[in-house]
Amino acid sequence: MLVLEDVHTHYGKIEALHGVSVEVKKGEIVSLIGANGAGKTTLLMTVCGNPRASAGRIFLEGKEITNESTAQIMRSGISIVPEGRRVFSGLTVEENLHMGGFFNTKAEIRKSQQHVYELFPRLKEREHQRAGTMSGGEQQMLAIGRALMSRPNMIILDEPSLGLAPLIIKQIFEIIGQLREEGITVFLVEQNAHQALNLADRGYVLETGKIRLHDTGKNLLENPDVQNAYLGG
Amino acid sequence: MAANNFRHALFCSIITLIISYPIIGFNLEAQGINVTLTGADASTVVMVLLAAVIVFLFQLFRDQIMGTLRSLPHPLPQSSKEPMAENRRAKIESWVLTGIVVLALFWPFFVSRGAVDLATLVLIYIMLALGLNVVVGLAGLLDLGYVAFYAVGAYTFALLSQYLGISFWLALPIGALLAALFGLVLGFPVLRLRGDYLAIVTLGFGEIIRILLNNWTTLTGGPNGIGGIPDPTLFGMEFGRRVKEEGNTSFHETFGIAYSGEHKVIFLYLIALVLAVFTALVIRRFMRMPVGRAWEALREDEIAARSLGLSRTAVKLSAFTIGAFFAGFAGTVFASKQGFISPESFVFLESAIILAIVVLGGMGSQIGVVLAAIAVTILPELAREFSEYRMLIFGAAMVLMMVWRPQGLMPMRRIHIELKRQE
Ligand SMILES: Nc1ncnc2c1ncn2[C@@H]1O[C@H](COP(=O)(O)OP(=O)(O)OP(=O)(O)O)[C@@H](O)[C@H]1O
Ligand SMILES: [Mg+2]
Repeated sequence: MLVLEDVHTHYGKIEALHGVSVEVKKGEIVSLIGANGAGKTTLLMTVCGNPRASAGRIFLEGKEITNESTAQIMRSGISIVPEGRRVFSGLTVEENLHMGGFFNTKAEIRKSQQHVYELFPRLKEREHQRAGTMSGGEQQMLAIGRALMSRPNMIILDEPSLGLAPLIIKQIFEIIGQLREEGITVFLVEQNAHQALNLADRGYVLETGKIRLHDTGKNLLENPDVQNAYLGG
Repeated sequence: MAANNFRHALFCSIITLIISYPIIGFNLEAQGINVTLTGADASTVVMVLLAAVIVFLFQLFRDQIMGTLRSLPHPLPQSSKEPMAENRRAKIESWVLTGIVVLALFWPFFVSRGAVDLATLVLIYIMLALGLNVVVGLAGLLDLGYVAFYAVGAYTFALLSQYLGISFWLALPIGALLAALFGLVLGFPVLRLRGDYLAIVTLGFGEIIRILLNNWTTLTGGPNGIGGIPDPTLFGMEFGRRVKEEGNTSFHETFGIAYSGEHKVIFLYLIALVLAVFTALVIRRFMRMPVGRAWEALREDEIAARSLGLSRTAVKLSAFTIGAFFAGFAGTVFASKQGFISPESFVFLESAIILAIVVLGGMGSQIGVVLAAIAVTILPELAREFSEYRMLIFGAAMVLMMVWRPQGLMPMRRIHIELKRQE
């Protein structure tokens, strides 16, 4: 579904990714874990074309997207829940969702909206509330809901558990599992390594811009190096 | 705290003395071939000292004064109440607006010529501010060179009529489209800039256009400007005493009424009114369309908007172009109203005033912008008695306004877009 081949990314002269190869197969949940500053967000944003890869190739469903514009990439069946949620705080919940379905017809929007409300009943209750006045957990739900509005085949999530209470985190991970049931491919970046690897079919460990480890989620959980570095011993 | 306040107040009053004494106190007088400097007379000195004392007291009790200012009741208390039901509000609003427009249609027949003339100017500013509102208020792009597009519209009409004898009605769309084209071409390279950088670059563009008009003497007449710009006609009827153009008739003869210079003024006013209403309606329409939502999304969070597949350049460019289009509109009307234009009408101060209208009106809100345009154009006229102090009063009003109601006269109530339920 998504393939990165030896991707390098630069911020000015500084190289943040030193040749990363990752593959996410259709219907999988793949988790990417790594310390702060390892380049996880950079990797996801490179997939979206902002910043652009300075070397290497990226394929989405077999089609090369390395040199396509962000707008084009984001309209080809892939959605991202950006780091830090980034809901439109002045818009209501419903309007945020409608923005997510910007390129869809009204009928499609209506249907996806219904679906999002089923996944997150809390959003339905807050339909007309300004997004900026909602709690962090609600905003994260909205960010995920908004990303689902365009009916993507693949969703990328950048630290969806950031700053949330354990109960909400559990709920969000349940939803992510549910997305896989619906046939949506998930690429998940997390600090919360335990839950992320538990849920994932496969996992990658990114260290200072390079992939250090790559295995099934279960094996990574049992790997002593991973346990030491990311699971608190 | 108190000591700190005192020191600050003392400092401010000394600054007041230093600034105001030389400006108000000294007089340069020509006596023969010499210039002599005379000091201030006693009453001026007293006034300057009094001003210093007032500044001192204000700064000393500044916190208390500002506190009371803020706690004053708002003049439009409904903004703090629960919002009315969306549909009802929209209905009432459109009734009120229709009423105002109908009133505005008949109003010029009962007032003086000067008042109608001023009202035409107000309408031109309304068009400009509504256009800039799209760029600044809705799309969040700080454009300090907006007056350039106004100039393009005005000069397009002036030049077309001078060289090709093209009439107002043909020049109107041409001027607006040409201004829009300028917006497109100028906007393209600069729109990846953000905030302050964009502001400075647009400021530069505004000046470039003005300087170009000033120096391209062979085409534009330079600082002398272009005169003899024709008035609009009504189905081939001219409003002058005598018909200037072959094939036209004159308005007063056709209707068999006595000639009056007022006809022309009222006609121009009505044109401006129709165009202003047209501008408001078209922009309102845009706000409800997806492109309007895209402007808003991009203003709120650029990264999020782009992550949804919106193209940053296309969205920003559309706002820039539409804004420029209506500036071109206003420019054509302005050229026709004045009959004479020169680069002097398109200085940076104009951009600043239009921007002030948008900010005062409450970014993004149309009714607010209309009210602010009326206030900003008419207030200096009313204060004409204090002629020298007009700009001072104007500035003071703005400062007070921003302290008291920083969100503007009528902050934007976002138009709620609801999909019709399928049933
Ligand atoms: N816009 C930028 N300009 C310059 N350097 C950047 C930029 N964004 C990120 N970097 C650098 O790239 C490296 C990787 O950052 P990135 O945000 O991808 O890390 P991350 O793994 O997502 O970290 P975190 O877990 O804290 O979100 C860091 O050293 C960071 O300083
Ligand atoms: Mg990150």
